[in-house]
Parts: sequence; structure tokens; C-alpha cells
Amino acid sequence: MKEMIVILLSAILTQNFVLSKTLGICPFLGVSKKLDSAVGMSVAVTFVMVLATAATWPIQTYLLDRYELGYMQTIVFILVIAALVQLVEMILKRFVPPLYESLGIYLPLITTNCAVLGVAVLNIDEAYNFGQSMVNALGAGLGFMLAMVLFAGVRGRMENMDIPESFKGLPITLIAAFIVSMSFMGFGGVVDGLLK
Amino acid sequence: MSNKLKTFTNGIIKENPVLVLVLGTCPAIATSTTVLNALGMGLAATFVLLGSNIVISLLRKIIPNKVRIPCFIVVIAGFVSVVQLLLQAYAKDLYNSLGIFLPLIVVNCIILGRAEMFASKNSVLDSALDGLGMGIGFTLALFCMATIREILGSGTWCGLTVTANLFDPIAIMKLTPGGFLVFGLLIALMNKFAKHKPKKELDCAACGACPGCAGGCPSGEKKEGGCEA
Repeated sequence: MKEMIVILLSAILTQNFVLSKTLGICPFLGVSKKLDSAVGMSVAVTFVMVLATAATWPIQTYLLDRYELGYMQTIVFILVIAALVQLVEMILKRFVPPLYESLGIYLPLITTNCAVLGVAVLNIDEAYNFGQSMVNALGAGLGFMLAMVLFAGVRGRMENMDIPESFKGLPITLIAAFIVSMSFMGFGGVVDGLLK
Repeated sequence: MSNKLKTFTNGIIKENPVLVLVLGTCPAIATSTTVLNALGMGLAATFVLLGSNIVISLLRKIIPNKVRIPCFIVVIAGFVSVVQLLLQAYAKDLYNSLGIFLPLIVVNCIILGRAEMFASKNSVLDSALDGLGMGIGFTLALFCMATIREILGSGTWCGLTVTANLFDPIAIMKLTPGGFLVFGLLIALMNKFAKHKPKKELDCAACGACPGCAGGCPSGEKKEGGCEA
């Protein structure tokens, strides 16, 4: 149990996917302008991350490892994730229209989000078992959400600032990301401290 | 001939995939910690870009329009696996230091973006030149970022000591925050000196341009072919 909490917290805080592992920067910079779209995107990402892990972990363990097909990992994972996202989209559209309305637009964008494939591959690289992988995926998603929501707030503040011409748009966003990411480094060691 | 040259040089400066189109930000920040890593990543991506552009251009009349994206992804994933196996066999150190970002070349927006926007519409030779140009542009951008970060962050360049007693290395430049900072400053510099107008916001042109990338504007996602501009 303790181990699960450590995995969860380090995925959210110390090993934050966006701010420390630099995965999923595109949506982080692109969709964080408004709070509601930031939340929508990160809920969708969390959802797909957990589902993708639930699908790819058994495939790796019972199919690729058993028949020594490890070299197929990249191709298989990306196809499974793409198919999964498509499937989820169809199911939501058919059975849960309200959820589809709110998440639907983000789903196709997620297919090749590097954070999703990243978490699937990392779970295998870290040799996590199924439970640990699921917790790690959940933590990665929640960490993504935390970063997105915080950053949406930061960007809201920059809206009416007088920014130097050449820094307008992306450069100042990246500088802000630099500061937010630096502040996240303050979490270093927090999770280890919890165990004592 | 000048047209071919234009296709080739397009990706190096005018439409530099990292600094102007702002694609492939994740590997750009993650692997530009040292110059050698950056060059390794750049060359690996160039190889995949060249290979996938050629194959997709060859198959462009065969692939049905509706399933083109999955087809492109399979081709790209195939080349990425080739690179992974090659590096694992012949450059184990680089393989280890690039780590997860090697398989993640599959989801690099630049590659899918070029497949969708260029290779699926142009001849094999043009696509190859475009892939090579874009790859060199990507490598060059990573090289610039890595040079700054390695010299400031560890006082070395390509592993050679350059600033022995000048100043203490600023360790944060090697970490993720330093990547954001250097990237932001470089883009600001490009905006300052390049002729094109600085982008007001991170809009479709930045990320939505490639159908695979998860950024940009959700509403513009359905647009075919993204924005060429």
C-alpha cells in the first residue's frame, strides 16, 4: 500500500510528467489558455492514460514477452492506443453523449500525445506490475492535470501584461513554464520524507 | 533545380520545425541537455523523417484517404523500431541516454506533420529533400539549445571542458526548467531577428498543423491538411 502511495505521489509531484519529464508539452502549452479547456483536456488525458496502460501492460506481458516479440513494442503500442482512443470515442458518442460533448473534442488529439505512449512505455521500462502500472498511469494523469490547472492560472495573469514585442505569445509562455517548472523542483524529496 | 534547393533549405531556417513551427517541443527540451545527446536525437529523427517521407511518398497513391493517418503511423513506427534496434546494437550509450525519447519519435509532431502536409502530396525526390531539410533543421535547433545548456549547465561542450574556472556551472540549465528557459529565449531571438511577425498566440499553426499532435485548437482539428501558412 505504502509503495502505491509513493508511486502515485512521485508521479504527481516529483516526477511530474510535464514539468520534470518533459512529456506532453504540446497540450500543456497549447490548451492551457482557459481553465475549463485545461481541465477538460487533462481529464481526457488521465482517462486515456489509465485505459492505455490497462491495455498495453497485458499485451506486453502476455504476448510480446512470452513470444519474444519485444522489438514490436513501439508499433504495437501506438496502434493499440490509436485504436483504443477511437473505440472510446465511439462508445462515449453512442452511450454517454453528455460526456462525449465535454471530452469528445479532446479525444482525437490525444491519440499521439507523447505522454500517453510515454506512460505505457515507462511502466514496462520500470518493470512495474499491473497494479503499480495503473497507479503510475493515474498519478501521471493527475500530475498532468495539476500542471495544466496551475499553468492556466499563470497564463490568465499574463493576459493583460505589457510584454516585450519579441516575447509575445510562445516565448513568454515558455519563460512562465520555466518558473512553474522550477517551483516544482521544490517538491524534490517530499515523497521520500513522507515514508519516514 | 532552384525549386529543389528551396524545398531542401525550407526546413532549415525559414520553417525550422522547432524554432518557427514549434513542433516536437518535448524531445527538443528533453534531449538537449548535452550536445552529443542532441546530435544523436537529431540524427535519429532525421533518419526516421527521411525514411518515412520516402515510403509514404511512394505509397501516396495506394493509401486510401480515410485511413491515411494510421498508415502513416505504422510506417513511422517501423522506421523508429529500426533506429531503436540499430542504436541498441551499435550505440548502447546513446540508446540509454535517450531512453524513452527514442520510441517517442513515433509521436513526434514533425514527422507525422511532414507526412501529412508534404510527403502525401509530393514526389519521392521532393519528399526526400524535404525530410532531409526538416531533419537538419531539427538537429540544428537541438544543437543550438544543447550548446547553450551544456556550456552553462556543466561547463563542457561535447564533453570537453570549456569554462574550467570562469564560473560555477549553473546546474538548473541541465534540468527541465533550463530547457524551457533556453527554448523561450531562442524563440524570442528568432522573433526579434526573423522577418516574419511573432505569433500572437500559440494557435493552430503551432501544433494543430499536424493531425497527430495533441496541442493546438480542438475546434480546428477537423480541418483537412492543417494550415500550410
